[in-house]
Amino acid sequence: MTQISFDVEKIRKDFPVFSRELPDGRPLVYLDSGNSSQKPTQVIETMRDHFALHYSNVGRAMHVLGAESTDAYEGARDRVAAFVGAPSRDEVIFTKNASEALNLIAYAFGNPINTDPRFTLGPGDEIVISEMEHHSNIVPWQLLAQRTGATLKWFGVTDEGRLDYDPSVITERTKIVSIAHQSNVLGTVNPVAEVARRAHEVGALIMLDASQSVPHHPVNVAELGADFVAFTGHKMVGPSGIGVLWGKAELLDAMPPFLGGGEMIEAVWMDHSTYAPVPHKFEAGTPPIVEAIGLGAAVDYLTEVGMEAIEAHERTLTAYALDALREVPTLRFIGPDSLEQRGGTVSFALEGIHPHDVGQILDDQFGVAVRVGHHCARPLHLRFGIPATTRASFYLYNTTGEIDALVRGLHHVQKVFA
Amino acid sequence: MIGESMYQELILEHYKHPQGRGLREPYDAEVHHVNPTCGDEITLRVKVGDGGKVLDVSYDGQGCSISQAAASVLHELATGSTVEETLSVVDEFTRLMQGRGQVEADEEVLGDAVAFAGVAKFPARVKCALLSWMAYKDAVVRSAR
Repeated sequence: MTQISFDVEKIRKDFPVFSRELPDGRPLVYLDSGNSSQKPTQVIETMRDHFALHYSNVGRAMHVLGAESTDAYEGARDRVAAFVGAPSRDEVIFTKNASEALNLIAYAFGNPINTDPRFTLGPGDEIVISEMEHHSNIVPWQLLAQRTGATLKWFGVTDEGRLDYDPSVITERTKIVSIAHQSNVLGTVNPVAEVARRAHEVGALIMLDASQSVPHHPVNVAELGADFVAFTGHKMVGPSGIGVLWGKAELLDAMPPFLGGGEMIEAVWMDHSTYAPVPHKFEAGTPPIVEAIGLGAAVDYLTEVGMEAIEAHERTLTAYALDALREVPTLRFIGPDSLEQRGGTVSFALEGIHPHDVGQILDDQFGVAVRVGHHCARPLHLRFGIPATTRASFYLYNTTGEIDALVRGLHHVQKVFA
Repeated sequence: MIGESMYQELILEHYKHPQGRGLREPYDAEVHHVNPTCGDEITLRVKVGDGGKVLDVSYDGQGCSISQAAASVLHELATGSTVEETLSVVDEFTRLMQGRGQVEADEEVLGDAVAFAGVAKFPARVKCALLSWMAYKDAVVRSAR
């Protein structure tokens, strides 16, 4: 077996935030990367450098700065395309976040100006999601169902926190299936290839919310079997304000524009317009230029560390956390308690203690930042009969020592509420 | 430390042993309030008698220690008092909670509710403390209709 070397202390030095202390001299223990990740110097400096020396609008300015900005922006697209194995760079569309990418696809369906039969949607047609989705992969589809009269259906979730995959939920009337690659609460990695095969069998398209997988695992969109994939920059050591939609070129070409505006057109008359080819057809207006360039730098950083190495490190942390948390009295995992098909997101409930109290004490007294609440997945919490959970989520810069701090904090929380 | 000052013994006591919890008959008005950011919720009933005397404040809900303890303290303060008196306590409590920790609490008016002073320093938790108190204010207004 090859030992993958992973120097977490060296990695932590790349992230300036870890050199600070919290008020009262508490150390920062950041276990909230599933919410948003911290940023390395490489990303911060790339963005600062671009703002300071190369900034201009992209794609239209006929001068040196315009050319430099355009090169950097389009260069970021190349990097992102390579990072996720996109067959073509033109299949990578920059959005402001994963939510916008999901909405963009939802608006392609049942749209009167889209006559491609794969995108027509009306009463009797079906949209399939799952009970473990983030609100951003639920609400756009609810709105689509309301606009078109289509039926919204979903896969359930098992007691263990796995997708309760029943192929018969997808029928001949299903037009689109949209599920998470990895759950933002449970950590569960879904059998997306299997679901994609079933969707394609009935002629449906499939979209994946990969916001929680692309930052943490090597992901190759061509191998996933999906038609559309959404993810976001701020969870993968990049800035906020930049997200990505990947889609098969042939489908993107068949779709109508989402937002109208500058840069997405070919020619405009007073009564009609023709549109630019992808990706620009879907990038109306001045894009988040420096954010895209920052995402390019983030992708370079992750590539240099190595996604296999990051995945292995997080697996070690997750194994350690599951073992350590299991020892905390009355703690109940919400999600798989084994390493099988799961990522580094661990949610749990403590008997009789509300997660907001858990989070407050962890933060105030131990500097441990976790997320508490329903994590934008309220239906999933309803399914487990609880209003909220405490969630620790790990990334490349976390250590087993930080998990020890979490466990110490939880013991203290139990003492306060004993 | 900061956390210790927020989780006063009195708050923890009320959380562990809530006073007057449970919905009771008779009542003049029932309201249901939620805090959408954290999912805390409360159903609250008031029964007002002659001379504006608050005969009962009954409630049921779920949420963090702050929101649940605040409901318990509210029950103790309001029951047996008059609507007019309690509304001035609600106003003082609201002023304290929205004071970002800069407002001096009037213990004369607030009684046990003064224990929540530490919560005011945490903007994210202020709504937890106010949930049941706002519900009470709403219920009292409705009961007068």
